[in-house]
Amino acid sequence: MNVTSSTVDTITLIEATGSIDSKTAPDFERTALTAIQGQSEVIIDLTNVDFLSSAGLRVLLMIYRQVKAKNGKVVLVGTSEEIQDIMANTGFLAFFSLAETLDEGLTILKTA
Amino acid sequence: MIENRIDYYPTHEHQGIKFRRGHALPFGATMVANGVNFSIYSSAATSCTLVLFERGEAEPFAEIPIPDEFRIGNVYCMIVFELDYERLEYGYRMDGPYNPAQGHRFDPTKILSDPYAKVTGGRDTWLAKPNWDNIYPYRSRLAFEDFDWENDHPLETPIEDLVIYEMHVRGFTQHPSSGVKNRGTFSAIRAKIPYLKELGINCIELLPIYEFDEWENSRESPTTGEVLVNYWGYSTVNFFSPKAGYAATGKFGMQVDELKTLIKELHKAGIEVILDVVFNHTAEGDHRGHTISFRGIDNKTYYMLTPEGYYFNFSGTGNTLNCNNPVVRNMVLDCLRYWAADYHIDGFRFDLAAILGRAPDGSPLSNPPLLESLAYDPILAKCKLIAEAWDAGGLYQVGSFPAYGRWAEWNGKYRDSARKFLKSESGMVREMVQRLIGSPDLYSQRGPTASINFITCHDGFSLYDLFAYNEKHNEANGENNNDGANDNNSWNCGWEGETDDPAINFLRHKQVKNAFAILMVSQGIPMVLMGDEVGRTQKGNNNTYCQDNELNWFDWSQLEANADLYQFARRMIQFRRHHPVLRSPTFFQYWDYASSGFPDISFHGTKAWNCDWSESSRSFAFLLCGDHAKQGIVKDDMVYVAMNMYWNGLHFELPALPEGKRWHLVANTDMGYGEDSFDVGQEPELENQTDFLVGARSIVILIGK
Repeated sequence: MNVTSSTVDTITLIEATGSIDSKTAPDFERTALTAIQGQSEVIIDLTNVDFLSSAGLRVLLMIYRQVKAKNGKVVLVGTSEEIQDIMANTGFLAFFSLAETLDEGLTILKTA
Repeated sequence: MIENRIDYYPTHEHQGIKFRRGHALPFGATMVANGVNFSIYSSAATSCTLVLFERGEAEPFAEIPIPDEFRIGNVYCMIVFELDYERLEYGYRMDGPYNPAQGHRFDPTKILSDPYAKVTGGRDTWLAKPNWDNIYPYRSRLAFEDFDWENDHPLETPIEDLVIYEMHVRGFTQHPSSGVKNRGTFSAIRAKIPYLKELGINCIELLPIYEFDEWENSRESPTTGEVLVNYWGYSTVNFFSPKAGYAATGKFGMQVDELKTLIKELHKAGIEVILDVVFNHTAEGDHRGHTISFRGIDNKTYYMLTPEGYYFNFSGTGNTLNCNNPVVRNMVLDCLRYWAADYHIDGFRFDLAAILGRAPDGSPLSNPPLLESLAYDPILAKCKLIAEAWDAGGLYQVGSFPAYGRWAEWNGKYRDSARKFLKSESGMVREMVQRLIGSPDLYSQRGPTASINFITCHDGFSLYDLFAYNEKHNEANGENNNDGANDNNSWNCGWEGETDDPAINFLRHKQVKNAFAILMVSQGIPMVLMGDEVGRTQKGNNNTYCQDNELNWFDWSQLEANADLYQFARRMIQFRRHHPVLRSPTFFQYWDYASSGFPDISFHGTKAWNCDWSESSRSFAFLLCGDHAKQGIVKDDMVYVAMNMYWNGLHFELPALPEGKRWHLVANTDMGYGEDSFDVGQEPELENQTDFLVGARSIVILIGK
């Protein structure tokens, strides 16, 4: 798992690759929570994430809760069908907007 | 905010694993800072070893004997550091005496599940072939307990307003015709919430969802060659873990989140969730059974034992949980509190609940501490508590179950009376009336809310089969048709099994409608068996506990094939929910305390105000005065119901309505599809306001408005 963060206009972009499970989730959490400090528009790019375990889903929800506290919004980009299915079954999907591409994600946030 | 504590740091090390003394409470495995707190009790073990596995591995990666100085009383506890919460599987080895005559059956070669485990792995996908050589088949795991409930809250619907739908998680959507993703799972029930709402029920009661092993006693069917399994699941492996195989995400270990999501969504739709819980025995069987957990941890505490050290069998399944032992009682209480608090469960139905009132020696207690504890528990205070008030040891407590003002019961007498009345037995009018008014003969002190009314449940014939079979046909179960009940009070309407005789088929459908009508106009709480609203058939099998196939699965194509039944059932449920006069929290008083000119209830017959109570009578009518609804607090219409189970039609003289009100037709089961019932607000006014010809074996419902 590898995770990076950057800023596009006012939007915070977090990109992860690989598997986010109990071993890698703490890394993901540290990087992501630092990056979103004080931010209200966040995109998490999961295009290159092949698996999200329960611990990984929980980090996503923690990001959502922090951004939500600032009346912000979190968009997930490139979420695979399998991950979407898992997220739907376990209720996590309801908290997020979904976009297929980064551009689409940016549009969702800008028009929100 | 506390950022550091002394107990965040290890003091001991074994095989490279760091640990320290733990906390005795809570029992089970709890995530703490940097580690996991393990706590387990045994009254007679001489030592306890924690066994740790990486998920799915054949051999443990560590075994840590819990140092005796970590033991507090009879509780072994230890914090272990740097474990992978998600990948960890754990169990225990307990050493101690092996002396069955004294109740001890310790066996340190066995790895034992934690009775308090919140997740149990090993049967992660329904009927996935297990590795039979696994040294530890049912593996305790950790659960994340931080589910985001948002603003969800148990619904606390007044019990008299419930319409309960008894459902099997897998059976509801496993049939290919269900048309949903992830068939047979919690997630698939969520996809069918719109159907449940349309049907109009406001509570589902799930057959056991505590972890069980569908492979238990599995074998081949002699008639079909199919594998027969433990489909119903009345055989608990672990009381705190949801059945992984019922979750689409069970293979990822996410069943806890999936089930909670289902409950949250059901609550949003106004639907309560009651769990059918099995605290009378466990999956360990008798002395020949497997040692999974309880037997190897503390046999004498967990089970009712004969003086010789064998297992009492009041459950009919090999062993009996010793639930009035103070330690076991606390476990049951902890378990129910956990489900109520962490899963937002609205109520519990207790399988073979009479056992919960037995002392450790098996004798019935007059004041059973477990039942009392549950009734007065602060966390369970708003939960519905429902007893199946009998057991397999001959204790039958319908009407006498120790209720403490809290407990309702499955009213087995309601089922028997309604069935006999429906098949036109003589001498049933008085009996049927008792059931319709909430069984005051049984529950005089408790009120009609003590009575869960049902005509069918998972155990026995489906409603359609009740009118298609005189005898049970259980050959597919492989027990030479010796299993299942023989006193079904069923009637095949003239032919055993399927027929293309239109008259017989019409009568069967009419009888199904009659049953729905009776159920929905009765005081008390109606319970509908999944699929009865579309005429689900089990082909005459009245004990389908082992059938994971079309005998049990809800066939969604029946929604069209039996559209008449579905429409009638839906309208009857709608009728009940629209008319509070049918849902009184208290018994009738038989007088006009609302000064309306009518008593709250009155009885009629072919002559108004004149009911034939004689032995030969098979018909009667009753009138509910809407001004007395909910003890006169709300206004409702007048409701008149005529039931004629005589084999000829009878003219019923209608009681005269107050000035300005007219009789309207809600239902007439003698009519065909489209004319047998009407939606609320669409009831046609009767041309003849003084007399109604009620057909043979038919029920007519009118409202005066």
